[in-house]
Amino acid sequence: MNNNIKADKGKRPLAFFSAGCDSAAHALRRSVLVALWFMFLTFPIMVIKVDTVNKTIDWRWMNLLWIGIGSFVLSFVWRWLLERKELQKDQVSTEGPVERLLTSASSIPAAKWSLLAIVGIAALVFPHLAGMYQTNIMISCLTYVALGLGLNIVVGLAGLLDLGYVAFYAVGAYAYALMNMHFQIGFWTMLPLGAVLGAICGILLGFPVLRLRGDYLAIVTLGFGEIIRLVLENWGEVTMGPSGISGIDRPMLFGHKFGVFDSITFMYYIMLGLMILTIFFVNRLQNSRIGRAWLALREDEIACQAMGIDRTKTKLMAFALGATWAGMAGVVFAAKTTFINPASFTFWESAIILSVVVIGGMGSVRGVILGALVLILLPEYLRAFSEFRMLIFGATMVLVMVFRPQGLIRAKRKVYTYMGRKTAGAEHG
Amino acid sequence: MNSRGQAAACPLIVYGNRIGTLMEYFLELFFGGLTRGSIYALIALGYTMVYGIIELINFAHGEIYMIGAFTGLIVAGVLGALGFPGFAILVLAVIVAVIYSAAYGFTIEKIAYKPLRGAPRLSPLISAIGMSIFLQNYVMLAQTSDFLPFPSLIPEFKIPGLTGIITSSEVVIVAVTVVVCVALTLFIKYGKLGKAMRATAQNRKMAQLVGISVNTVISATFVIGSSLAAVGGVLIASHIGQINYYIGFIAGIKAFTAAVLGGIGSIPGAMLGALILGLTEAFATGYVSSDYEDVFAFALLVLILIFRPAGIMGKQPTQKV
Repeated sequence: MNNNIKADKGKRPLAFFSAGCDSAAHALRRSVLVALWFMFLTFPIMVIKVDTVNKTIDWRWMNLLWIGIGSFVLSFVWRWLLERKELQKDQVSTEGPVERLLTSASSIPAAKWSLLAIVGIAALVFPHLAGMYQTNIMISCLTYVALGLGLNIVVGLAGLLDLGYVAFYAVGAYAYALMNMHFQIGFWTMLPLGAVLGAICGILLGFPVLRLRGDYLAIVTLGFGEIIRLVLENWGEVTMGPSGISGIDRPMLFGHKFGVFDSITFMYYIMLGLMILTIFFVNRLQNSRIGRAWLALREDEIACQAMGIDRTKTKLMAFALGATWAGMAGVVFAAKTTFINPASFTFWESAIILSVVVIGGMGSVRGVILGALVLILLPEYLRAFSEFRMLIFGATMVLVMVFRPQGLIRAKRKVYTYMGRKTAGAEHG
Repeated sequence: MNSRGQAAACPLIVYGNRIGTLMEYFLELFFGGLTRGSIYALIALGYTMVYGIIELINFAHGEIYMIGAFTGLIVAGVLGALGFPGFAILVLAVIVAVIYSAAYGFTIEKIAYKPLRGAPRLSPLISAIGMSIFLQNYVMLAQTSDFLPFPSLIPEFKIPGLTGIITSSEVVIVAVTVVVCVALTLFIKYGKLGKAMRATAQNRKMAQLVGISVNTVISATFVIGSSLAAVGGVLIASHIGQINYYIGFIAGIKAFTAAVLGGIGSIPGAMLGALILGLTEAFATGYVSSDYEDVFAFALLVLILIFRPAGIMGKQPTQKV
């Protein structure tokens, strides 16, 4: 794949600088123009800071200089990356470095199993090696893997854009919190109940929106998510309003109560187990009859109906199964934090979960896991940059999408091998 | 991430405490709703135009509105310190805000959406969400995370017979919106670029074949949409009297709701949707409960879409295999 780029570099020694332009001088002029444009663009907001009460103005000219230099350098990198992307478009195989590694690893059975074993052992001993803080981050990361895989059923497989997925998460969390507060119902009873509640809510949402498609569905699910959050916020008598519910019980193991530190380790193992269960289920679902029905529905609704697939049943199934995992993850979330309030269930949560799915690679289980690792661990480890972390986070989302629009790991359809040969139509984009 | 939600509770429009007769109260709510609807319309037009042309929910559009409001505040601050009169400040603030918002809209399209043409449908959406997070934090870091007081730029004048029911800023906002909407409708209908826009919205490939520069049309759509949002941003900020970096989110969601309500992609639909949404919210707040204001907005949306899945004025596309 790199041959083409290398050959190109051979022809033009200044390929990096003049990417996308005819000559180095042209490239330089373009970058200067880009720098000037960004200096103009950011001038009022970066340079001037007014205090309308005291009528004082703070001029910060240094910022303008940094913007100029920064955008000058970045415009070279940007053009170079875009040119590389254009070159790769012509290649037959567009696997990224991560995909290539995974493909080569999984093609050798020994390598595949030893890789899995290493990952498995690392995951098992993680809470004993890392501190409580790291374990806590890992738990939230695993929660997002479960949420991402659940949403992946709805968005990635069935192709129904759901922007209010966090509502089911909230239902699970509040169900456990309220049941625990009023009836002292334990975590283990509530986990399956949360799943069932999630599924019921999924079907309840699914019914009215069956006829909607594409972006209309997106905005209705967004509205549904906001309605749930607003009700939680305002129905103070039941949900305690914005102050939330605290003192939720942590999970117990056969009546044994853990201390704070041990219970986090225990929570980690619960979440790990739940994640493995989810991966197993989603993998099985993907290649089942209903999984193939979802893919057909995603590709074309009318053709899918013509093939004798019950559209209503298939869609509702996708909503229900997707919401099941959100319900369970909600119960785990409430048990982990022991405190919940409506601020945890805003639209941004839905946006983050959706980003996990899309950045990882829609429909791909490995992709969703990678996406959750990247998106949840990135802001945590960017804490060194403190206030800049959300800025970098937003920029990363844009950059990943611009340079890898199909996500980090693309979904691959299952390929049937007949007498050792692959059948046609195996590769799926 | 979670702390972002708390700021969402900031009100878009603040009501005074004038309680008059029942009729006066009704009229006050009506004009409040009209103002609110006007602002939604100005933002919703940007959503619907962009959607009509490239089928993208431009989540960063609310941020453009916010940047417009901030630019307006900065201009007002600088000119205020130089001692300009109130009305001149308003006009200049709106003009500069429009220029900058348009420039931001143009740049965002070039960076975050143009390289993604022909990519899977959800990719530009995620790119837009990322852009929205980026812009919010950019303004927060460069300016402040606190609420900033916005000077009252719209001059006070009395409307005979309606004193205490409608304020002068409400009159200005509604009047400006009406003028802008009429101008935009005429432009789309008769202007050369407007015709090119309609052609591109109908079929991009065919438009390219008949010699329309699609890239120019898309850029122009972003520029026009962003300018309208900037006008709305400065006017409403001056009406409410305070802004912060988070105002774009809730306004954007509401405006998008309005656009979908009217039938996304349809310009008169966006205006109608915004009006319905603004009035519904105003009356629900006034007569029922202010806590559930947003619930009414979204419940209305869900109800309308169940009965008209393509919005009030949207066309249900014919489906083919």
